[in-house]
Amino acid sequence: MAKTGKLGRGVALVGAGVSKFGSFKDKTSRDLYVEAFLDMKASVDKGFDPRDIQTIYVGCFSGDLFESQGHLAPIVTDWVGLVPRPATRVEDACASGGVALRQGVLAIASGLYDVALVSGVEKMTNLPTERVTDTLAAASDVLYEASAGFTFPGLYAAIATAHMAKYGTKVEHFMQVGIKNHNNGALNPKGQFNRSIKDIMLARQKKCQDQGQPVPDYKSEMDFLKDAAANPVVAWPMRLFDCSPITDGAACALLVAEDIARSFTDRPLYIIGSGQASDYALHGRPDITCIKASQIASKEAYQMAGVTPKDIQLAEVHDCFTIAEIVATEDLGFFAPGVGPKAVAEGVTARDGAKPINTSGGLKSKGHPVGASGVAQAVEIFKQLRGEAGPRQVPNKNLRLGLTHNVGATGGTSVIHVYERR
Amino acid sequence: MEQRDFTVASFNKFLGEKRLMGSKCKKCGSLHLPPRPLCPHCHEAVMEWTELSGKGKLVAYTAISVAPTVMVNQGLGKNNPYCSGVVELAEGPKICARVLGVDTRNPERIEVGTPVKLEVLERAEGQEKVFTLAFKA
Repeated sequence: MAKTGKLGRGVALVGAGVSKFGSFKDKTSRDLYVEAFLDMKASVDKGFDPRDIQTIYVGCFSGDLFESQGHLAPIVTDWVGLVPRPATRVEDACASGGVALRQGVLAIASGLYDVALVSGVEKMTNLPTERVTDTLAAASDVLYEASAGFTFPGLYAAIATAHMAKYGTKVEHFMQVGIKNHNNGALNPKGQFNRSIKDIMLARQKKCQDQGQPVPDYKSEMDFLKDAAANPVVAWPMRLFDCSPITDGAACALLVAEDIARSFTDRPLYIIGSGQASDYALHGRPDITCIKASQIASKEAYQMAGVTPKDIQLAEVHDCFTIAEIVATEDLGFFAPGVGPKAVAEGVTARDGAKPINTSGGLKSKGHPVGASGVAQAVEIFKQLRGEAGPRQVPNKNLRLGLTHNVGATGGTSVIHVYERR
Repeated sequence: MEQRDFTVASFNKFLGEKRLMGSKCKKCGSLHLPPRPLCPHCHEAVMEWTELSGKGKLVAYTAISVAPTVMVNQGLGKNNPYCSGVVELAEGPKICARVLGVDTRNPERIEVGTPVKLEVLERAEGQEKVFTLAFKA
């Protein structure tokens, strides 16, 4: 089988932006999309004419069910003034955005286009929580996973119990991921939660005090997270603060052929590795403690980029649930299988650690508008590698290599990109 | 054996007869649960039905409190968590199923590795009987 594992030509990332993430009653997908497009446009150092965009990829999981709006790609393309350019919706569950990004990379690498807009959008908060749960469950194997009563938190919770049984992982490790990502997200003005878990804990105590109720005696964030009233179980061992929220949001990134990158900015990033793989439903996998599609996709991306996991200086990984971040850091080869929990406990993955993970706050704190998340991860790497992440900028002054890891469902899809600043 | 297509409809019909049925490739001998028409190993479509013992062990599980509508309608969820899990059958294949006979209010006491055996759940949905794959600890 012919397989070169190389891009046909170089691809540069020259602009990236997001809408504010959160819950916006009066905004629809197209409003969020316009906001992300304008943020992206403002990030292109030398400016550009939007009419130079030749093709548009839009990651969107389920406008159909969330907003009763299918066929969203030409609509958002119209709303940003790009009709009649080809507009393609990409759906791979929560990996829709990452796969849209990859389609843009492939389109430019093929030589067909020089300028591609890659993007994602999801408007999730119109529906009540139960219906959102139902809609997300549609990304699982409806016949053979959801039929057993599994929800999305439930499927990741099953991965968690398998990981606990095999490696001795504790619920405290999951909580440490949440604390870390909220600490990062507190510094991200575009994120859904701009508060650390400590701040949320203090606010709860104050509320009790103000209302003349008994004030819970929390000695630390961990006490707060173990309080079932403050942090109820969703699907044991995943509690509320182990789960990414329901979010409205959009993200846009501008990809161009390497040879024209300097006409957009003197500080382009280059996408030097791209990998994608699929996997079976949960019960079809030999090992439930890892996501093999991520292992395969990352190997492909590392090989294309000519780098190793050690070389990656920071990563945005798919922490739809706290267990998912732990598993991701193992699948990506940052830590050996079973060592992910120790890494988070020792602060290795903290913003000032040796391997900062989810400096944006991750899906957990920044929010998870499913179709947009994969592109929003690229936005954070764009900002960090260019030194533009403000108060959450990692201390390492010599950042050169970043990675994004975006997973659909429980790993039925995994898509990985490696970014370089030269 | 009666010829039935290798579909979820047939799988559920067998469940209604309290039988856990998979498909076995007549060419390479591989066993598939849930059943499927095309063998992913040899890419041939020459399957035959085979019955599994229904004995296995729990390899992953969760106790769910925030439930989808279909479970909420059965009185399960918030104040009455239920267990879903992945069961590895004695014959090798794994499958997702409801898990019964475990303490869902103290889920930390449920153990991976717990032996389980087939127990099909039955409920009425309008005029229809619906069968759900379950295992009992």
